[in-house]
Amino acid sequence: MIALNINKKIYHIDADPETPLLWVLRDHVGLVGTKFGCGVAQCGACVVHLNGEAVRSCVTKLSRAVGKKVVTIEGLSEKNDHPLQKAWLELDVSQCGYCQAGQIMSAAVLLKENKNPTDQDINDAMAGNICRCGTYLRIREAIHLASELQRKGGGNS
Amino acid sequence: MEKTNTDFTRRAFLKASAIAGGGLLLHFSGLAKSVLAERGIDAASPEWNELTGYIKITSDNIIKIICPNPEFGQNVMTSLPMVVAEELDVDWKKVIVEMGPHDNTKLGPQFTGGSNSMRMYWKPLRQAGASARQMLMQAAAQNWAVPVEELTTKAGEIYHVKSNRKGVYGDFAAKASGIPVPKDVNPKNVKDFNIVRHSQKNVEGTKIVSGKPLFGLDYKHEGMLIAMPVHPPAFGLKLKSFDASQTLKMPGIKDVFTIKLYEDGFEQGGFDTRTFNVILAVVGKTTWEVMQARKKLVVEWEPAGDVTNTMQGRGGGKREVIVPGELESTEKQMEKMREYASKPAQLLRKDGDPETAFKNAAQILERTYNAPFLAHNCMEPMNFFAHVTDEKALLVGPLQAPGWTQPTLAKVLKLPADKIEIQMTRMGGGFGRRAYGHYLIEAALISRQAKAPVKLIYSREDDTTYGIYRPMYTATYRAALDENKNLIAFHVKGGGIPEHAIAANRFPAGAIDHYLAEGWEIPSNITIGAFRAPRSNFNAAAEQSFLDELAEAMGKDPIEMRLELLKRAKENPVGKNNEYDVDRYAGVLKLVKEKSGWNGAEHKKYSRGVAAYFCHNSYAAHVVDITIKDGQPYVERVTSAIDCGIVINPDAATNMVQGAVIDGIGNSLYGGLTHKDGVVAQNNFHSYRIIRMHEAPKSVDVHFVQNDIDPTGLGEPPFPPVFGAVAGALYKATGKRYYQQPFTSPQPVIPTV
Repeated sequence: MIALNINKKIYHIDADPETPLLWVLRDHVGLVGTKFGCGVAQCGACVVHLNGEAVRSCVTKLSRAVGKKVVTIEGLSEKNDHPLQKAWLELDVSQCGYCQAGQIMSAAVLLKENKNPTDQDINDAMAGNICRCGTYLRIREAIHLASELQRKGGGNS
Repeated sequence: MEKTNTDFTRRAFLKASAIAGGGLLLHFSGLAKSVLAERGIDAASPEWNELTGYIKITSDNIIKIICPNPEFGQNVMTSLPMVVAEELDVDWKKVIVEMGPHDNTKLGPQFTGGSNSMRMYWKPLRQAGASARQMLMQAAAQNWAVPVEELTTKAGEIYHVKSNRKGVYGDFAAKASGIPVPKDVNPKNVKDFNIVRHSQKNVEGTKIVSGKPLFGLDYKHEGMLIAMPVHPPAFGLKLKSFDASQTLKMPGIKDVFTIKLYEDGFEQGGFDTRTFNVILAVVGKTTWEVMQARKKLVVEWEPAGDVTNTMQGRGGGKREVIVPGELESTEKQMEKMREYASKPAQLLRKDGDPETAFKNAAQILERTYNAPFLAHNCMEPMNFFAHVTDEKALLVGPLQAPGWTQPTLAKVLKLPADKIEIQMTRMGGGFGRRAYGHYLIEAALISRQAKAPVKLIYSREDDTTYGIYRPMYTATYRAALDENKNLIAFHVKGGGIPEHAIAANRFPAGAIDHYLAEGWEIPSNITIGAFRAPRSNFNAAAEQSFLDELAEAMGKDPIEMRLELLKRAKENPVGKNNEYDVDRYAGVLKLVKEKSGWNGAEHKKYSRGVAAYFCHNSYAAHVVDITIKDGQPYVERVTSAIDCGIVINPDAATNMVQGAVIDGIGNSLYGGLTHKDGVVAQNNFHSYRIIRMHEAPKSVDVHFVQNDIDPTGLGEPPFPPVFGAVAGALYKATGKRYYQQPFTSPQPVIPTV
């Protein structure tokens, strides 16, 4: 059994330490908000936070997460009120919605490091997240809106 | 168990009850349950009164609207129920929306595709809402002993002004459910809409941003095993033998076996396309274990040779189709297309005497356009859950057309159709790919063989190399001009592997005296099918690029040149069966001209391209503005004009058009799938380039033509003309015409985090 801190809760996992965190979350823990898109760190659908850093959980081994804090989309906020979640809903960003958890998790790290990102900052930070429906304009706008909410102290970040 | 009171037959009642207790409800009605809990109602046993198949109301006044069509990002789960709510006259914010069960008797065709959802449900859903409202008013009239004509409704309440009485719908729902559904109730005047035509948020928005289980890949079932396929590595190969001994020693692995989808002579329907008929399945406990064990399989493949498929004939009977066994390569495919293009082809349409007109021409412009196979690349890879026993089958997952796959499942599993239950989850993209239900058949056969509930999961590589692709197309366009540069004749000859794309009765047919359209096809073993705006997605690229170049040869503005041709088609149309509405076509061109400030001096810094197209009953035009960024052409701005009739949910519709524009830019610049000896050369996003955030425009400015025409399609129509507009803008930016898609070299830009 491997102990893992996910969303401030300790889980005891019975899996090979080589197993990617993505499949630990989805198959072992039952947190399915983190999505499988490509399996080779190309699409960003599986982004989670490891000690506050954005990582691609599809190529992050379980062993690497031991002793660290894992945060998934389910643990980003307690009441779905992270500024990004609020902004996403306000601008009704999603189409199919499959990639959006990964988009939000990538954007959350950007906003933590850069309180007021420019379009260029957003483009650079989000280049690793594919949205096949093409909601990029709204994602960009929602990140700006979330940064504004965050600066005004709105929302729980 | 929920209880449902209904005016439907007892059979339908039993069916509804059975479905209501099924797994889907347990997993996917979180919202409904939370709303019920907030109001202190026992979520496990609400007593629903059913008013038509689409509306359920409890006596406690909980109102639920059933969405008939599967949702793949096109917003139907919000916009279809909006139509019901509008006519029912309820407060949208208090309505619960739920994805319906698969029940074509109660809920209509339930097919997502062809930009048809709103078009085919517009009238039935208005009728359902209006009928239910009428039934509720009849029940109130009986309770209050007043004439129904004296009743009015507002936001879910019924009023009798004379006697100063009012009640909520829930008060009358039980009685109303016993009233026969009235026919021919007049729907509202569209001018009076207060839900439809007003932007409403995605009903699953909160679930999406909080990571709730919504998709097929998220579905869980007790005792569920995971299966992954192993398919021939190349088109034209088949399984010879396999050794699973090492695989079976791997942790968590339960079984490895082959499945055969269709028995010899099986009559395949139009959407029964499957890539390979015999595949291997590896079944185990968890996805990662199966992925790892799959690598240990030792498989020998052999040439499949020519294969005869039996297809359902068009209009009855059956026909045999020979699928060639060749291991195809892109170079060879191109060579073959050039060879076929020079041969006589099938006549598709002829007006006047094009041969003589071309002979007498002062100038002939001839150009050839090519486009590659495209993979759909749905973000959620193909997957499906199946639990098949000797008596029945339960299937849960993402698909576009349950009603098309169910009869095939029944035949393959030899089960009665009513023993096959299909539940539809939200789809992580579809784009036409999930209209082909072969992966349900695969999941069902694996479950039957494994004697267990199983979820079949494709890896991204499986998804990309084992597809139902957009065909490879080519078309040669010729135009004849007289000495005054008037267009006197037009000729298109198009072909493809394995089908051509030519829509012979569309613009500019009808606008030119001498017109000829021809098509040819090359058989292939590469499986193809619908891809967002099938055929149109090539035509709008080729034909619109040609019109752009033709306008230049004629010394005309590209918009004015199109408007002149449309004027001709309106005043004195050539030939019969012209498919498009001239005024609506011209309407989007005029609107995009106005909104983009076409020819405006203030836009001089941009290289501008324009294109328009009609498909799926709607009209779309775009102006694409390119600048040079880091030495590369960059689509910075797009202005779009759309005529799809009444726009149901304006903000979501705008989102859809913006997405289609970005999809069009991405596929025109980067999209393409190639083959080497039957092997697909791109197998994941490092080699199959998808447009990313930094390549998306700064703005896509969307304008809808305002009219009261019944709604037509929107998911597909904005997509095709993007290709043509991008090609035109690239020409302005680089001085070079673009005839071969993708327009830029598909060098991937690999991101790092």
